[in-house]
Amino acid sequence: MTDRAPQPLTAAANPPVQPLESNLLPSDVVRVSATKDVPKPDRQLTEVAKLIDVSKCIGCKACQSACIEWNDTHPTVEENVGVYENPHDLTPDMFTLMRFTEYENPETNELEWLIRKDGCMHCEDPGCLKACPAPGAIVQYSNGIVDFIHENCIGCGYCVTGCPFDIPRISKTDHKSYKCTLCSDRVAMGQGPACAKACPTQCITFGPKEEMKKHAEERIEDLKSRGFEHAGLYDPQGVGGTHVMYVLHHADKPSLYAGLPDEPAISPLVREWKGPAKTVGLAAIGLAAVGAALHGLFGRALEVTEHEEEEAQELVDETTPGAPADKGDA
Amino acid sequence: MTNAWTDIKNTDLVIVMGGNAAEAHPCGFKWVTEAKAHRGAKLIVVDPRFTRTASVADYYAPVRPGSDIAFLMGVIRYCIENDRVQWEYVRNYTNAALLVQEGFGWKDGLFDGYDPEKRAYDMDGWDYQRDDEGYALTDPTLQDPNCVWNLLKKHVDVYTPDFVADVCGTPKDRYLKICEMIAECSAPDRVMTSMYALGWTQHSKGAQNIRGMAMLQLILGNIGMPGGGVNALRGHSNIQGLTDIGLLSHTIPGYLSMPKDDEVDFETFMSTKLNKPTQRGQTSFWQNYRKFMVSFQKAMWGDAATAENDWAYDYLPKLDVPYYDILRFFDMMSKGQVNLYFCQGFNPLMSFPNRAKLTEALSKLKLLVVMDPLQTETAHFWENHGPFNDVDPAQIATEVLELPTTCFAEDEGATVNSGRWLQWHWPGATPPGQAKPDTWILSNVFLRVKELYRTEGGPFPDPILNLTWDYEDPYEPTPAELAKEMNGRALSTLYDPTDPAKVLVEAGQQLPNFAVMRDDGSTMSGCWIYAGSWTEDGNMMARRDNSDPGDVGLFLNWTFAWPANRRILYNRASADLAGKPWDPARKLLEWDGERWTGYDVPDISPTAKPGEVMPFIMTDEGVGRLFSRKGLKDGPFPTHMEPFESPVPNALNASLRGNPVARVFSNDLEQMAGIADPDFPCVGTTYRLTEHFHYWTKHSRVNAVLQPEFFVEISEELAAEKGIRKGGQVRVWSKRGEVFAKAVVTKRIRPMLVGGKSIHVIGIPIHWGFMGAARKGYSANTLTPFVGDANIDTPEFKAFLVNIEAAEKGPLA
Repeated sequence: MTDRAPQPLTAAANPPVQPLESNLLPSDVVRVSATKDVPKPDRQLTEVAKLIDVSKCIGCKACQSACIEWNDTHPTVEENVGVYENPHDLTPDMFTLMRFTEYENPETNELEWLIRKDGCMHCEDPGCLKACPAPGAIVQYSNGIVDFIHENCIGCGYCVTGCPFDIPRISKTDHKSYKCTLCSDRVAMGQGPACAKACPTQCITFGPKEEMKKHAEERIEDLKSRGFEHAGLYDPQGVGGTHVMYVLHHADKPSLYAGLPDEPAISPLVREWKGPAKTVGLAAIGLAAVGAALHGLFGRALEVTEHEEEEAQELVDETTPGAPADKGDA
Repeated sequence: MTNAWTDIKNTDLVIVMGGNAAEAHPCGFKWVTEAKAHRGAKLIVVDPRFTRTASVADYYAPVRPGSDIAFLMGVIRYCIENDRVQWEYVRNYTNAALLVQEGFGWKDGLFDGYDPEKRAYDMDGWDYQRDDEGYALTDPTLQDPNCVWNLLKKHVDVYTPDFVADVCGTPKDRYLKICEMIAECSAPDRVMTSMYALGWTQHSKGAQNIRGMAMLQLILGNIGMPGGGVNALRGHSNIQGLTDIGLLSHTIPGYLSMPKDDEVDFETFMSTKLNKPTQRGQTSFWQNYRKFMVSFQKAMWGDAATAENDWAYDYLPKLDVPYYDILRFFDMMSKGQVNLYFCQGFNPLMSFPNRAKLTEALSKLKLLVVMDPLQTETAHFWENHGPFNDVDPAQIATEVLELPTTCFAEDEGATVNSGRWLQWHWPGATPPGQAKPDTWILSNVFLRVKELYRTEGGPFPDPILNLTWDYEDPYEPTPAELAKEMNGRALSTLYDPTDPAKVLVEAGQQLPNFAVMRDDGSTMSGCWIYAGSWTEDGNMMARRDNSDPGDVGLFLNWTFAWPANRRILYNRASADLAGKPWDPARKLLEWDGERWTGYDVPDISPTAKPGEVMPFIMTDEGVGRLFSRKGLKDGPFPTHMEPFESPVPNALNASLRGNPVARVFSNDLEQMAGIADPDFPCVGTTYRLTEHFHYWTKHSRVNAVLQPEFFVEISEELAAEKGIRKGGQVRVWSKRGEVFAKAVVTKRIRPMLVGGKSIHVIGIPIHWGFMGAARKGYSANTLTPFVGDANIDTPEFKAFLVNIEAAEKGPLA
């Protein structure tokens, strides 16, 4: 038997796994939307990552199924519009989606069916959080997870524009923004995300980011040995790296995979705009309330000035550079 | 499976042909990704469509539906021509050297002795030349023109690369590349595994497709090897269990035969079963048949089964036809010859071919009883659901009873996986409403029927009145009671035949294995191959020890695998003639000078000396069969046959239609398109999608979300030709009916060049119907032909003829 890189610690349902340490308390928040001076937590969690190895993905949609079940969402039974993507796009009820691209590789003349699980990338430098005008509606924990706190969401849609990956979706029912939470509720209990647990081929793995990178290296080496000389890890530095990473056979051309941005970056407008805090009275967001329930903790009255609304509208009207252009619906 | 799911990690090359493992068996497919990730294994996919399995393959080639035999015989020809043969294995472990009777011949796509009237071969000559004692003559030098090896060489000679490319529509360069990759596995330290499923069985020559691969694997020396074998991926979580316990009309548990009506007494029945070895010193394990049969009869009728009454042989039903398969049964039903149909855990209105005929058949029943956890289309066949079930309830007099049952997750018991593991499970939920276990329902029916026989008598009540029914609660036998009965127990004390003072098993104790079974009525066992699953040590199926000594992927203490907890069948063949593993890095067993030792339970007597007793103990030759003698009705070697509905004439003989020995009911033939029928120019093929599980998941909203609506898959070329747009509505029709569906237009299906003609394939997924949470849809079986495999009558769902047109104004919303 060959030597192996350490197997993923958690999330892979088979072989049996050890849970990670329980973590992710409200006190582990390091960034909060529309809020400055977030107190530095007294501990730094190990950074985590979900690694999606597209070369092992068989497009079975078990991840989608698990996501629906765990989050108890109710996506619509749609029509077939001539493609395998169902639902046809991310929705407020579908936080992750297999996207299928038929690619005729001009170098090999081989057909490739590139299947990528789309969803929130949990950027180290999250554009959604920076764009969000609602205090406490988007938070980032020190392990890297970016989470939406729906009680505080005003449904303005700035997060959609701020996202270089076109991920959040606004519910037409409750006017809140939804996306993958990286199963923060499961992670808080030492478990991995539901999608990783359900994945039958260990295409989706979860654990400390450094370990995931090592695991990726082993996979990349295997892919290179099979002729994919540009195989590599997608951990884009334009957003400070991500806590959802891909192993790609064609890491030199991420956009082949249903428009995965080649060089994602937050709109410069968002960066500028986010300089000063836009709201008042939220400097101390109550992070001292260690142990309080998340929902209670982040449930705050919010105030947005007219001026801010205008600024935000400009932002929404901008075309965000680096955003996916074509959903590649093949 | 000869091997096990977990063993696939040991392979060097996976060929998925006749199946779509990633989509239909995603959980088991993890072992393919494991072999790729940690062993550097390669994956080949050969399929009419570029499937999701192909999306993770190293190499893909298309093949026209129904042409697999030509492909496989071509690969065998390639291996022989290029001397890529595991010679030591072939010479010693196959029947290559055995001499076949003079006069065996094959010409123009037919074996000698074909009778078109009877649609049958005269099989007399399909056997060995024998000496005075009945042993087969051999020529170990392989020079005799009548030795199996030379007959095989001659037989495959026609399957040249050009022939294969022309018949299969596989580009020649791709075909040759695959030949080369496969041929590498003739080296003793290179092993290929074959994973197939219904893509091979659902043809009128399904058994011969599988034979083709079995022969190839023998030639490569890959049977019995870790990471090798011929692996049937069962299409249902417990379909292996179904066949094991004989839920087929022609078998009884443990693959014993149901008696035929010309087998008038037990001795006549047994006379064809106790296969004498055809080579000296060989095991020919079926010589023990009588022990298993008598133990079964004792399990059925206990004290009423005695030596005097041939162990109640007369109680067993006797078949007046080879078997009552579902096609025959529905054909009889359509002719008004069936009054009552008990339909248990089965949705035939969706699952069997030519739906119009099925509806007609069900309409002629007096009573239909459906036992199912779900509301099936079959149970509601009489309801009008607009275009999706266009019947007139007023015209249907069939009375229907629906008996809700528990589903697998609410039951305790064992399911048997593809690798023959009996995995015990416990209920995960409480049954809803009035749902009852199938055992409760059947027990209650049985006890009431028995009471009627007891009080009112009847022509022959004995088999019913005397049936063993000694469960603590006769109205609801427990899974444990049934499992113990299948394992079997000693009815009187068993002594060691070599040492009569030594007690092997005390009276009343569970049997430790099938080796202790007797034919004198002192043992009983409901299913001999399950012996060892519930012993005096308890429920072996409930074991959950995942230790794996040697990291060989066998997990001997995880549940129980039949037979005898053996994980790889024919595993003695993983070692050479002297008993040394062919590949030291992949040791399974070895001969230590006195006995077989190693990781798996030896598939041979533990003290059978290497070089004397050959590995294939279930054959009377002791070796694997390249030439299958009289085993299959359609020939001792696979020969290319077209599907019954074929877009081209058979390249070997244009007058042949389909499998010349397959059974066809006359009214069905009239409902089939002709050869190269201009009205039906496209090839249809049906399959399951990974988002679904047969027809069950129609009842699950999540699955409906993931793949919501009936569609067909076509090439961009066909779409352009017919003016069909992606997502547009199409009509697809065969000679038996029409369906409307959405069109998925894809690069993953391409026209194939066959016989100089461009052939379009249309992919037609199964699943949709008119019950449950999913959208209503047309069903694929509206289109499929009512004909099956010549040997077992599995319907020909994978290759038939259809036509297609754009139908934007069709009935779909």
